[in-house]
Amino acid sequence: MNKTSLYQSHLDAGAKMVDFGGWQMPINYGSQIEEHHAVRRQCGMFDVSHMTVIDVEGDEATDFLYKLLAGDIKKTAINQAMYSTMLNEDGGVIDDLIVYKQSDQHYRIISNAATRDKDLAWINNQASEYQVSIQEQAELGIIAIQGPNSEQLLNGLVDVDLNQLKKFRAVQSGDYFIGRTGYTGEDGFEVVLPAEQAPQMWQRLLDIGVIPCGLGARDTLRLEAGMHLYGQDMDEDISPINCGLAWSVRKQDHDFIGGSVISQQREQGAELKLVGLVLEGRGILRHGQIISDADEEIGLITSGGYSPTTEHAIAFARISKQNQNKKLNVSIRKKTLSCRVVKLPFVRNGQTLLEE
Amino acid sequence: MSYVPDNLSYTASHEWLEKIADGRYRVGITEFAQEQLGDIVFVELPENNEAYAQEDECGVVESVKTASDLYAPLGGTVVEINDALEDNPELINDSPYDNGWIFVIELDDEADLDSLLSAEDYRNSIEDED
Repeated sequence: MNKTSLYQSHLDAGAKMVDFGGWQMPINYGSQIEEHHAVRRQCGMFDVSHMTVIDVEGDEATDFLYKLLAGDIKKTAINQAMYSTMLNEDGGVIDDLIVYKQSDQHYRIISNAATRDKDLAWINNQASEYQVSIQEQAELGIIAIQGPNSEQLLNGLVDVDLNQLKKFRAVQSGDYFIGRTGYTGEDGFEVVLPAEQAPQMWQRLLDIGVIPCGLGARDTLRLEAGMHLYGQDMDEDISPINCGLAWSVRKQDHDFIGGSVISQQREQGAELKLVGLVLEGRGILRHGQIISDADEEIGLITSGGYSPTTEHAIAFARISKQNQNKKLNVSIRKKTLSCRVVKLPFVRNGQTLLEE
Repeated sequence: MSYVPDNLSYTASHEWLEKIADGRYRVGITEFAQEQLGDIVFVELPENNEAYAQEDECGVVESVKTASDLYAPLGGTVVEINDALEDNPELINDSPYDNGWIFVIELDDEADLDSLLSAEDYRNSIEDED
């Protein structure tokens, strides 16, 4: 089992540890709901050192990423970040990732932990025809600092003025690579740093009142924020067009891997879409529950759970694109309950977007 | 180590039972169970006046993490349910042996009591799980 350099810091903070994609990670430090609220209202931090950091360097780095990724890397400025999917030849999603452009010859990919081996194999395989070097940066740690007070709190610990750092931009400051990115729907930063320096940084953040948050809160925060989780909301059997990620795919020049399938799907129109659901009765929506409309099965829940901010059970459901109903049914054990169909996200910048 | 009061009986599925009158038992889930579940956000209570066989599914406790079935620890009739859990399911986290009780069951057959665990047996069983 892999451990991040913050393993002992987690135990010291009273974390409950779980196996997550081959890593021992904190699920919570007591109350997941309190951790969730800390991020919405103040500031919380997450150890995300288990995620995979891959540097792509070389004269053909841009061309390579233009082929590898469905997003448009050529529209990404230096020090800007881009969210993208990486597809197989059939248009299925191998993984989703963030890529930071550091220069025309140097990019940094941050992708999921559980998909590390297949991602590296795929990227290395595709890179063989390009003048690029692919280097995993396993000695780096990542701490995500998230919440409305993040800028103010983190500013005192770094040598750059974070007020000058725009959303989805990144800056190198000494040993720290800081992106104004996150997975919570709040303002925040992700600090990539040498793993051996992570415990000291973690302690300095603790000392100024940043609340340690586990993977449990990370999941409810991203769910409220309408953000996809790889393996649940998409996988190799579905294209971004059919799972609510069409916005992340470039609109023309479908000359990326999987692009011919995507181009076809765009012409024919998507078959499926991802919608938000809010349970009207009492219960909790969960991954895998069946969604029906007038007794006919029309889809399923890909991610669901209790939303601490809205105090409702919420979910993403993958349903037929044509279905325009405002109410759908969900099967929970032996019961059929009614759900409201809503636009994603459920929560933005600390505020619920649900109308009561 | 989770708190396991000496004066209660237990099941392997982490329910506790407190005898409150002849043939009447108050039931909840143990401190260990609520710790494993994490923040509890929904409780589906048994039906009042409904009869259950021993080990029947009679409700569900759902946390932020997962849904966990509740089993009737004894065969009998549910004679009281803790309605407060409908609006405040977190009572189970805050007070698993007291305000977080879930239902009261009136048993049919004293023989069902033989399968319950003592506090010591239950402590041993969760030591293996933890």
